[in-house]
Amino acid sequence: MKNLVILGAGTSGTMMANHLRPKLYLNEWKITIVDQYKTHYYQPGFLFLPFDIYNEKQVKKVGKKFIPKDVKYIQKKIEKILPEENKVELEGETLNYDVLIIATGCKIAPEETEGLVGPLWKKDIFDFYTYEGSLALRDKLRDWKGGKLLVHITEMPIKCPVAPLEFAFLADSYFKEKGMRDKVEITYVTPLSGAFTKPTCSTALAYLLKEKNITLESDFAIEHVDNDTKEIVDYEGRRIPFDLLVTIPTNMGDEVMAKSGLGDDLNFVPTDHHTLQSKAHENIFVIGDATNVPASKAGSVAHFAAETLTDNIVLYINGYPLKKEFDGHANCFIETGNNKALLIDFNYVTEPVHGKFPFAKIGPLSLLKESLFNHWGKLAFRWIYWNMLLKGIAIPFVSRHMSFKGKIFDIKPEKNN
Amino acid sequence: MSVKTIAGVVVNVTEDGYMENMTQWNKEIAKEIASEVGIELTDKHFEVINYLREKTIAKEALTIRSVGKSGIVDIKQLYALFPKGPLKFSSKIAGIPKPSSCI
Repeated sequence: MKNLVILGAGTSGTMMANHLRPKLYLNEWKITIVDQYKTHYYQPGFLFLPFDIYNEKQVKKVGKKFIPKDVKYIQKKIEKILPEENKVELEGETLNYDVLIIATGCKIAPEETEGLVGPLWKKDIFDFYTYEGSLALRDKLRDWKGGKLLVHITEMPIKCPVAPLEFAFLADSYFKEKGMRDKVEITYVTPLSGAFTKPTCSTALAYLLKEKNITLESDFAIEHVDNDTKEIVDYEGRRIPFDLLVTIPTNMGDEVMAKSGLGDDLNFVPTDHHTLQSKAHENIFVIGDATNVPASKAGSVAHFAAETLTDNIVLYINGYPLKKEFDGHANCFIETGNNKALLIDFNYVTEPVHGKFPFAKIGPLSLLKESLFNHWGKLAFRWIYWNMLLKGIAIPFVSRHMSFKGKIFDIKPEKNN
Repeated sequence: MSVKTIAGVVVNVTEDGYMENMTQWNKEIAKEIASEVGIELTDKHFEVINYLREKTIAKEALTIRSVGKSGIVDIKQLYALFPKGPLKFSSKIAGIPKPSSCI
């Protein structure tokens, strides 16, 4: 009997368990999945919790429910991977593996920035990348009387790179609906050169910040938070004051990677961009936010990657060469407030394009253009996530590879109402 | 995409002036791009630039943090060398793509 071990039962790990179980003979392969937590969170929902659009129940379920019955689920903390011995040490237990899949994701590391986890943390400084942070921010916003709101990115890469911008857009709508938009100044602070860094997007979408009266502070690499003056300070001494700081702290892979000598300086695992095999060990594969591949750290990317990785695991265990096919395909909804959303479709090398999705010229979804239909698509996605995506059921008409049919590469500024 | 003559060499550049093909780069080009953004290059600048180019060839993502841990400069020194947007300007001078997000 051979052992395939999956570390992490988040979006990627759960999908891999569902994809692989029917493909590997029960009398030849035992599949084990390890995760220290009982709850599986619908992470895209963390964006909506602070604005009372979703409630707690809509974003969490018991993780085991999504794991096939012939896969062994171990709820324990992972201590260390011993790649030379093909072993994983858990709390009080050691697993042997023939093939290992690392799907341990990434998480926020606020302690990496001086002064972030200080007297103001969870009082006037919040994150919304954790369930707890998102709920604490919801409670804060319910009673907040207004002032200077900063939406701030510490450094790239981060999970779901568009979420901070969506947060700023939704905040604009939220305060408008509460009749207090005039009491709130919203500023978007980024270490990059702008809110939109791809020429296609800055051309098509630059109007959004202006329309929503959001101020932009670019090229701001935070050095520390001054808790006394309530300011964030960058390496050149530039200071931006806040009354409420919503920050996306440094994102890092799991510390197990550092302990096991498998990670880079942010604990992401060096991974082949096209096969998803780890660079250091041929029987270790990596998927989702845990990799260092230059794709977005997003569920849609993990979904497309899971299809390639499933094929490659089957090829690997049968001794065939791996498919070098993963193209970094991402397909993401972006909430723009006022019940509208954008949809973007791109990969490692192609910038987001215009056109219709998933059917050329028909849609019904529009790429890189605000529409009500895209917003309904984003809300419907929660059902798709729990009922199809996690279970490894293919989403009809949406391919692992980016399609170029009916897409428009000649980008003009555009606004849709 | 457009074409620009920098230090006597015709190179392909993006609309915001980043080189599209890093193999067209040379030190003279670096000096001319640097002077456009008001920086005079020293040996230390070139150490950083060479590091950025090596990492880009190795397809590794560049962050201010990783440059700060490179052993060449710390983050404050990086800012001193390339003021007001260190990664943005150092990338432009090094002839590598602009640091970007997905949109």
